[in-house]
Amino acid sequence: MIRLEKISRTYQLGGQPVHALVDVDEEVADGEHVAIMGPSGSGKSTLLYLLGCLDRPDSGSYQLGGRDVARLSDEELTGVRRDLIGFVFQSFHLVPRLTAAANVELPMVFAAVDRKERRERVTAALGAVGLADRMDHRPDQLSGGERQRVALARAMVMGPRLLLADEPTGNLDTTSGRQILDLLDRLNEKDGVTLVVVTHDPSVAARADRVIVLVDGHVARRLAGADVARTANLFAPATPS
Amino acid sequence: MTTPDLLRFAFGALSGHRLRTFLSLLGMAIGVAAVVTLTALGEGAQRYVIDQFASIGTNLLIIIPGKSETTGIPGIGAAAHDLTLQDSMMISRAIPEAEKVAPMVVGTESVAHGARRRQVVIAGTTREFLEVRKLAMARGEFLPAEEIARGRPVVVLGPKVASELFGAEEAVGQVVRIGGWRMRVIGVLAHRGVQLGMDLDDLALVPVATGMRMFDRRSLFRIMVQVRGTASLETAKNKVVELLAERHGEEDVTVLTQDAVLATFSQILAVLTLAVGAIAAISLSVAGIGIMNVMLVSVSERTREVGLLRAVGVGRRQVLAVFLTEAALLSAAGGLLGLGVGFAAVRVMVQLFPALPARPPLWAVFASFGLSMVIGILFGLLPARRAARLDPVLALSSH
Repeated sequence: MIRLEKISRTYQLGGQPVHALVDVDEEVADGEHVAIMGPSGSGKSTLLYLLGCLDRPDSGSYQLGGRDVARLSDEELTGVRRDLIGFVFQSFHLVPRLTAAANVELPMVFAAVDRKERRERVTAALGAVGLADRMDHRPDQLSGGERQRVALARAMVMGPRLLLADEPTGNLDTTSGRQILDLLDRLNEKDGVTLVVVTHDPSVAARADRVIVLVDGHVARRLAGADVARTANLFAPATPS
Repeated sequence: MTTPDLLRFAFGALSGHRLRTFLSLLGMAIGVAAVVTLTALGEGAQRYVIDQFASIGTNLLIIIPGKSETTGIPGIGAAAHDLTLQDSMMISRAIPEAEKVAPMVVGTESVAHGARRRQVVIAGTTREFLEVRKLAMARGEFLPAEEIARGRPVVVLGPKVASELFGAEEAVGQVVRIGGWRMRVIGVLAHRGVQLGMDLDDLALVPVATGMRMFDRRSLFRIMVQVRGTASLETAKNKVVELLAERHGEEDVTVLTQDAVLATFSQILAVLTLAVGAIAAISLSVAGIGIMNVMLVSVSERTREVGLLRAVGVGRRQVLAVFLTEAALLSAAGGLLGLGVGFAAVRVMVQLFPALPARPPLWAVFASFGLSMVIGILFGLLPARRAARLDPVLALSSH
């Protein structure tokens, strides 16, 4: 699904160059569930945005589904995001004036999906996250967990093969968080959606097949999800295996 | 994305901020309303003037002494000749196209009856004046058809003069004093009002010869000629000029046709209407800046929304289209509101001043609405481009 080779990304912050990612090599198989961990400023968000084609690397190659996307134009990347990628954010990013149904419908509106089909897919997507009875509620009438479930329904409504989640439980209580994680697991296991989750929560990372730990823009270590709980000094620099 | 989807999305975004939306389109509404109202006024003034001329008839020649262009060599004494009663009589005798000829001499004098006295315009003329100026009598007779040079001491009063001097008493048959003259009132004009700047109600008419003696004049103020309906105005005009040139030895009169005067007035008023409309249109561009302002605020408030749209696969051009559509909707709504307000204002004006046939010209309606749309989109371009060019990553993480 994903093949990164020598990916580097440097950006300017207050006139100082920040090396967010340095020579990252990584592969994610189709249908895999991967967690990215790391202290703040380690480059994990930058990596997620690069994977999501919202940003382009300064150097290196990025193959997504067999296609080199590192040098695509803005317009082409937009098409890749629309057709292949779904996003879930820590702060939900729902449009406040739109109902749950309209928020889920949004990607399809701009992708010129037929109205009748839009309605059917919205109903199905909200049903799948257990919010069939909240269709006409606006975000401010929904709980945090419900909002994130709406966001998840929106991420999945275009049928992406890659789902990227940036701290999906960061703003949620434990119960709602677990609901979201269960939904993510189900999408990954039952529907075969490739899932990449950025988190600093070991219990979230533990659900992944594989965990990548980033420190200062480098991949510091790779380990199995099941090993997260047992590893002390997770973010300590270690020789890559 | 289909057009209805685009419109629905843009409309949804605007209706989220009702007050702000309303205030920003208010500027556009005021601008459009101003254009509509002011051009309606200009158009009304133009039609008022045209109506005035039409009520006199357009087959009229007005001969005034003097040439409007400079002639003669100074020092050799090429002074313009006077227009005389003889000129007037020759025109009616020698030019078959001249149906009615009314010579005119004008002055002001006090008209008195008993203790009442009123300063009015006295016009000396002939019986033909009645038809040439399309006047009507309320009571009595108009000036007698007599030998033009005789000049009997009779007077026809305008209705206002009659009522001021005589009140409810019958004026016809009474004697008034005009200056040092005793004149018998033989008729009272029907109400007519102001026509071409002359109050035909506040006027006294005397035979032309009487008038000339009264004001001690040998020359006429002007001669009015009504041309036969079937004859060409231009031919008649040329014949008059030729005849008077022959009599005076040189071309020293100016002959105005109603058409020419009308055209001049029309032109002046049309230019005025255009100018006032253009000034009002400037307020439209000010309104455009208002829309730009609101759109800029909207873009910065919705940065996260733009980021999200970009993340779910919405292209730059689509983002541009969304914000341009919002700007266009704002200006269209403002324009429509302005048209409504403008038409309502014109209605009120017509109610208040029925004499002024104010009506917004079609071109102004289309131009102001079209301009408001163009301006809205033009000024919406900057905010829309700003939104379209946002970096998705930065937009998503903004607060």
